[in-house]
Order: sequence, then C-alpha cells, then structure tokens
Amino acid sequence: MITAERKPIEEIMESIRPFNRILLVGCNECVTVCAAGGRKEVGLLSSALQMACMKEGKVLDVKEMTLERQCDPEYVEELVSAINQADAVLSMACGCGVQEVARRFKEKPVFPAVNTKFMGASERQGVWAERCQGCGDCVLGLTGGICPVARCSKRLLNGPCGGSTRGKCEINAEVDCAWQLIWDRLKALGLEKRYEDIMPAKDWRTSRDGGPRRIIREDLAS
Amino acid sequence: MKTESVLEKILAAGHLAVTSECGPPRGAVPEKVKEKAEKLRGYVDAINVTDNQTAMVRMSSFAACLIIRQMGLHPILQMVTRDRNRLAMQSDILGAYSHGINTMLCLSGDHPCFGDHPMAANVYDLDSIQFIQMVKNMRDEGKFQGGDEILNPPKMFIGAAANPFADPFELRVARLAKKVKAGADFIQTQCIYDLPRFEKWMQGVRDRGLHEKIHILAGVTPFKSAGMAKYMKNKVPGMSVPDEMIKRMAGVPKDKQAEEGLSLCVETIQRLKEVKGVAGFHIMAIEWEEKVPEIVKRAGLHPRPGV
Repeated sequence: MITAERKPIEEIMESIRPFNRILLVGCNECVTVCAAGGRKEVGLLSSALQMACMKEGKVLDVKEMTLERQCDPEYVEELVSAINQADAVLSMACGCGVQEVARRFKEKPVFPAVNTKFMGASERQGVWAERCQGCGDCVLGLTGGICPVARCSKRLLNGPCGGSTRGKCEINAEVDCAWQLIWDRLKALGLEKRYEDIMPAKDWRTSRDGGPRRIIREDLAS
Repeated sequence: MKTESVLEKILAAGHLAVTSECGPPRGAVPEKVKEKAEKLRGYVDAINVTDNQTAMVRMSSFAACLIIRQMGLHPILQMVTRDRNRLAMQSDILGAYSHGINTMLCLSGDHPCFGDHPMAANVYDLDSIQFIQMVKNMRDEGKFQGGDEILNPPKMFIGAAANPFADPFELRVARLAKKVKAGADFIQTQCIYDLPRFEKWMQGVRDRGLHEKIHILAGVTPFKSAGMAKYMKNKVPGMSVPDEMIKRMAGVPKDKQAEEGLSLCVETIQRLKEVKGVAGFHIMAIEWEEKVPEIVKRAGLHPRPGV
C-alpha cells in the first residue's frame, strides 16, 4: 500500500490560515490502513484544528467527508454537494488523492494534510517499511523475493557493498542489509549459484526516469 | 598489454606494485594536490585520487588527476556511481583518457548520509560491477553503454575494490569473482588489520584460481594513534581491527604511538608479502602522505622498478 504520515499541526494550520470554511477529506484506502488519513484521523484532525483556531479566537467551520477512494474520479464526484460551502479543501489522502481533487475542482484551493511516504508493508502493529519503488520492471523473481532497488540504500543490483555488517546496512543499524536478506533467501531456496550471475545495468526508462508514466489498457479504456 | 598503464606494466612484469592515495582538497587549491603528490614521487607506481570520499565535496578526482599527470606522475582516477549517471561517468572517462589518465578505480561510493550534503539525491544509476562492465566494453568493444561506437575508445586499466572484512563473509570471494567476470584487472582491498581473516579470504580466492585472473593489491593504513585504531574498529563500517592491535597501540606513550603505528604497518606488509596471490600494496596514509616513503623503504619496496 501507499503509506503516509500526518503533517505537523502547525504546518497544516499555516496552510489553511486564510480560510474559515474547510472541507476535510479522508480516504478509505491505503491511508486508512496506515492510520494516517482515514475516517478516524479526519475526526481527530478536525477537532484539533477547531481547538487550535479557538485558541486564536477564530471559529473554524470544518465539514468532514471520507471517500471510498480519493484517487478515483467516480468517488471524488461525491464532493460536489459540499464543495461550494467550503473555502478550501484539506485532503488527508496520499498525493494521488490530493491531485485528483485539485483536478476536479479547478478553482478551489486544495492542501495536503499528510506527507505521502512510500509503497510498503506492515512489519508489525504500527510499523510500516518500504518495499517497492515502482521501477516498472520487477526483479523479485531473481532476488529471492527481496527488492534490491527499494531496500538496498544504494539500490545495488549486485550487492552487498563493503558496508554490510552483521546483517545491517552501513547507513543505520536499524536498517537490514537487503543483500544479506537476499543471500539468506537464495540459500534457503537452494539457489546460491544464482548469486554469481551479474545483473546487467537497469533500463530506468520503465521507472520515473523515463518521465511521468501511464498505463493504457486498450481492453478497458473508454 | 591491454593499456598504456604503468601499473599494468609493473604488475605484468611480476613486480610487487605499490600505490598510495591522495585526497583532493576542499577548495580550489591546486598547490595542495601538488604538495601531497610530490611527497609520493619515486616511492609509488601510481596514486589513487579519491572521488568526494566519505561523500564530502572536494576538488573533482578528474581535475586533481590532471594536475598529478602534469607533474609526470601516474594518477588512478577513482570514480563512484553515487554522484553521476552513466552519461556523466562516460564523458568524464573520455575526458580523463584524453589527458593521459589511463588507470581507474570503479566504486559505488559511501552513501550521502555520511557526508556534508546528506540532503543530496543519490544517483546509483549503476552499481560498481555494472560500472566495471561499462568501462571494459568501452575499452574492448569500443562501445558506449548505450551501444553506440566510440571514436578512439579509452583504454582504461580497470581497478575495483574488495572488502574481505564485510559481511556476509561467505559472499566475499563470490563477489570478487563477479568483479573478475565483469572485467576488473586489479583489486585494491579495504585496510587489512585482521590478518587471519584476510588469509582465510585469500585461501578462498586461491581455491578458485582468482588470483591468477586479477592482481590483488593489499590495502594498509598506518594508525596515527591509539584513538584512531579504536575509531577504525568501532566507527568504520566493514572494518575489522583485532583487539591485540589496539592494545599494542595503547600500550606505548602518546608521543610514541605514531611511530608504533608505522612499525605495525610495515610488519603487516612484511606478513602480507608471504601471502600467495598478493600482487602489491595500496598504502592509504590518510592525511599522512609524508610517511609513505618511510613505509615503502622500511618494507623493502624501494627503489621502485623502472618499466
């Protein structure tokens, strides 16, 4: 999923300072799962903002809505009924959701209330970690199901570098060395020999380096 | 011979090669490069010039190499994949070779988080093994990485690094084998203090006959003080410093520790000379270049052979 973290309240306050009526919009997908921008967080932020404004002697009118999917025009359309009663939209979705709202309502200011972080998985309750960079040409089949692009700090396709120490990355003892994980997994699968195959230089055109990406499915496109 | 590199000639003739290194200054001060390199004249065969080492901005390796080349000495252009994509790396190689720089060391480089620009984007378009492949193809196939033909291809003698002390140990010989397969001609190792572990690694290297396919220069760094020895042990990732060495350094008075560090370095070289498959030494006297001549002389590596 896409992970996010709420911005500091001070930064959010600063962005909405000129406005009195805010439409605060959550999303029921990824940001709900990572507890950053779902219905619950919308409620909490709404109260926090109103209280903070009250301290400054201002009454903030906040309308709360949580869409099924903020990155989907079909659901963003549901904001139509409420948008005119708001001076600005504060979105708690990932960057995709924020942009979809901005695209649909061209004359309404839209501000992000979260920082979109990465595509990751939950390691345990309350902990998420990066797993995928969306490079567009998946190598997991060659690397024992552990991604060197997302999980090696130098994205080495032929690691580990000389900084791997007791299974940890040189940048931080909290970070696993991806190549130690890959090697352990290759061993577990009896695929040690594969280690010595050189992975060739990657063609980054399938990644962000090739410019903004799109998927067009002729069979589905209307 | 694959190249015009003096280092290649020395190694091909079967001499023990000696290289050292010179970190470029943190400013536009060419005199500093000259000063450091001049101290090494006549005592080493080639001089590595680091590329923004520890991810700190310094004079470019290429520019400092050029200064050293113009002094009639032989620089080794170090290049890391951290700061440049494949276009920039290849254009710098063409430029360097056009100025008579024919030996290089291909590295991935320290992560930006260690340096003075931790906020910088890290590039890593290629890794060190793909980098070696690229330089070899430029030389032997006359082709850019993108496939086009090169006018007068640069003939670089290709170096790579190996760290026998990093984990997992069982991969360290295999990773060297990958660098050999990619086309590296010589290796400069991480600083060796843990001789038993180095000897164990070399045993693995010899078992696979890799020492006959690549020239291995053993890396050494003299301790200036007991404090430095402790720092190397505890703070430098992928470094192994035995406790006996730290005890030995700490066991002499402060004003004698530098001398003890030099003796330890010379003894290490003497021991490494006995290890089959060691083709030379890479003496990394960090900000202590003036001591390299003494180490070379005391280790019996002077005078340097003419080729």
